[in-house]
Amino acid sequence: MDFHLGKKQKAIRDISRKFATEVVAPRAEDIERTGEHPYEVVAQMADLGMMGIPFPEKYGGGGGDWVSMHLCIEELSRADTLLGAILDVTTSVVGQELLIFGTEEQKQKWLIPIAQGKELGAFGMTEPDAGSDAAAIKTTAVLKGEDWVINGSKQFITNTGLDNTSIVIITAKTERESDGKTIICTILVPKDAPGFKVGQKYEKMAQRGTATHELFFDDCRVPRDFLLGDINRGFAQHLAVLQTGRISIGALTTGLAQACFDEAIAFIRQGSQGNQSLFTSQRVPFKLADMAMRIELSRTMYLKAAWLKDQGESHTLEAHFAKLYGSETATRIAAEVLKIFSPYGYLDEYPISRYFKQAKLFEIVEGTSEIQRLVIARGLL
Amino acid sequence: MDFSLTKEQKDIQKAAREFARGEFDPDVALGLEKEGQYPFEIWKRACELGFIGMHFPERCGGQDLGLLENVLVVEEFCRKHSGIGMALGLSSYGSEMILRFGNDDQRQRYLPSVTKGEHASSLAYLEKDQGNDFTSFKTTAVKKGNGYLVNGKKSFVVNSTLPGPIILVCQLTNTTSHGEKVALIVEKDTGGLLSFPMGGRVGMRMVPLASLTFNNLEVSHESLIGDEGQGHFQLINVLNEMNIEAAAIGTGVAQGAFDLALEYARQREQFGQKIGSFEAIRDRLADMDTRIEIARLLTYKSAWSFGRNDGSPKVNYMAKMVSADTALEVARDSLHIFGGYGYMVENQIEQFYRDASMVDIIGMPGQTEKSLIADQIIGKI
Repeated sequence: MDFHLGKKQKAIRDISRKFATEVVAPRAEDIERTGEHPYEVVAQMADLGMMGIPFPEKYGGGGGDWVSMHLCIEELSRADTLLGAILDVTTSVVGQELLIFGTEEQKQKWLIPIAQGKELGAFGMTEPDAGSDAAAIKTTAVLKGEDWVINGSKQFITNTGLDNTSIVIITAKTERESDGKTIICTILVPKDAPGFKVGQKYEKMAQRGTATHELFFDDCRVPRDFLLGDINRGFAQHLAVLQTGRISIGALTTGLAQACFDEAIAFIRQGSQGNQSLFTSQRVPFKLADMAMRIELSRTMYLKAAWLKDQGESHTLEAHFAKLYGSETATRIAAEVLKIFSPYGYLDEYPISRYFKQAKLFEIVEGTSEIQRLVIARGLL
Repeated sequence: MDFSLTKEQKDIQKAAREFARGEFDPDVALGLEKEGQYPFEIWKRACELGFIGMHFPERCGGQDLGLLENVLVVEEFCRKHSGIGMALGLSSYGSEMILRFGNDDQRQRYLPSVTKGEHASSLAYLEKDQGNDFTSFKTTAVKKGNGYLVNGKKSFVVNSTLPGPIILVCQLTNTTSHGEKVALIVEKDTGGLLSFPMGGRVGMRMVPLASLTFNNLEVSHESLIGDEGQGHFQLINVLNEMNIEAAAIGTGVAQGAFDLALEYARQREQFGQKIGSFEAIRDRLADMDTRIEIARLLTYKSAWSFGRNDGSPKVNYMAKMVSADTALEVARDSLHIFGGYGYMVENQIEQFYRDASMVDIIGMPGQTEKSLIADQIIGKI
């Protein structure tokens, strides 16, 4: 048992923290207000090698581990969860799915630019009638000659419609040739595929800088060899990498909860006597004590899940714990800190107002809290 | 003991519900919310129909009704739309200061116009870095000639851009009641008054909020409410009453969010069944409805007991505290039931969540209520 970070892990955490503090934090309010994707910040992340941390060097990665990756996600999210979300989708889900299930050709073509951060990937699973019930998708893919012909739509898809979005990995229903049975496969859809259209950007309560769109496939054609992995196991493949996505949301929400906590401490330290008096009684200090404890537990949970993954061990439950505990902790802490700041914290110029609105999102995305509990409970019996 | 509403109360409740249903157009509301504009037309019509200030005496433009009738109206308004409901509910904010403590001239001059929708009223009491302490303000009124010279700064003043008086509570110096507080009526066009709009914020965006700077502002002695040195007593009394209003807002916002979630749970299908048939959702809805009923009971009790000889402000604090918490938690859980849809601006539920978070700052902000309840039950030790 050793809870110390390794030298490389520590270095990645420290670089991420420095970058988050110096480059990201000053821009976070602006990004939220304008809702514009921060191309320049993301390009700097790419230069630092952040999108490729856990990937082998031969595929443009840094040859690091998933613990390091998640330390980076936590630190960036502490300044802006938007960047944690970009890393989650790009690296933990899309990049990893290509790494594990892609052909050598697919890795060369799509993974390398993603690992280098030159391009971003997206994954399209959710549909209007397939949210928590992700297998209820209606999008179809039919093999016609040398092409897949895709019809349907996807919604709430993050990392789409950007200048450098290269591909969307979608789930689609198809008929198995051998027995005609309906199965779910995953297919790579490049942004310029004919018949593929990106809809309007969603207007969200917060996290407005995230590029989230509806996607339309109208006789969209992609070459036959853009199928990813085993045609029979598309859904399972996708769920396998989403397991890492859960660890990522755990890290992201740990960063968010830490950011809320940082604000509370700064408010009490730097504020006037009125603020400091908050610390001379017990209500607020006891709350802060609980917050510090929960953040540490949240952090320890995602790190354990990431560590297990690095060891090649099963970590299904731990990933669910990290996502569920992290997201619920962040939402709770954001609301509590908002109260400490009351009434000023409600104003846009105070970061806590942003954190409060952002936090709720993470109890919903990549599996609602109910889905997390459902899967955890199933694993217990 | 009788928990039923009278026929008249039921009629008022029904009239308010029908008015809200007919007038609070969701598309109009979305536009007002986006632009941060006051629902001017709707406010005017609500006044025409006698919904504002119905608890004022007839000679002050009201209908001589009780506070409970006012609570029923505010609850129905907030239930239909949190943003419009809060704006209308707060349109007469602080005019109770004139109603309860003003002289006949002041009442005649200001109150009828508040009920007619010619004026909205504003209560200026909060100051920056004041924490939860109302015992001492930095804004001062110095006696000068036949009036006062006011200097200082107040923030979170509602209805700042609407026509109508500001009721200012500040510290009195240079008199026999030195160190006491005084309540003054300030006209918005007075020289020496500068208004700075407080911009973007989490919720309550339709209500104009400003910080006010008083720079050698002259107020005549006729604008003094009650006697010098009574300001603190008056303010606490009015805030006690505002707590009941806040409790009504909280109950209405919670009920409105719940209505939306219930409707959604009834029609949304996942895993081949309505999500309202899942035990996790059913339990959540049952818990929410229970909490709303508790908040409503306390709110009605506080309105019922207001002004009675055996009434204690403790129940007002409790009502406000419970309703504010209930609004936030119920709105959060309601949004959650909508899943990803709930986070999108086109769905009203995200606004209910944002608005719900701000119920806490109406009346006595923050956790002042909790301390006051403790004061009352523990007493001097």
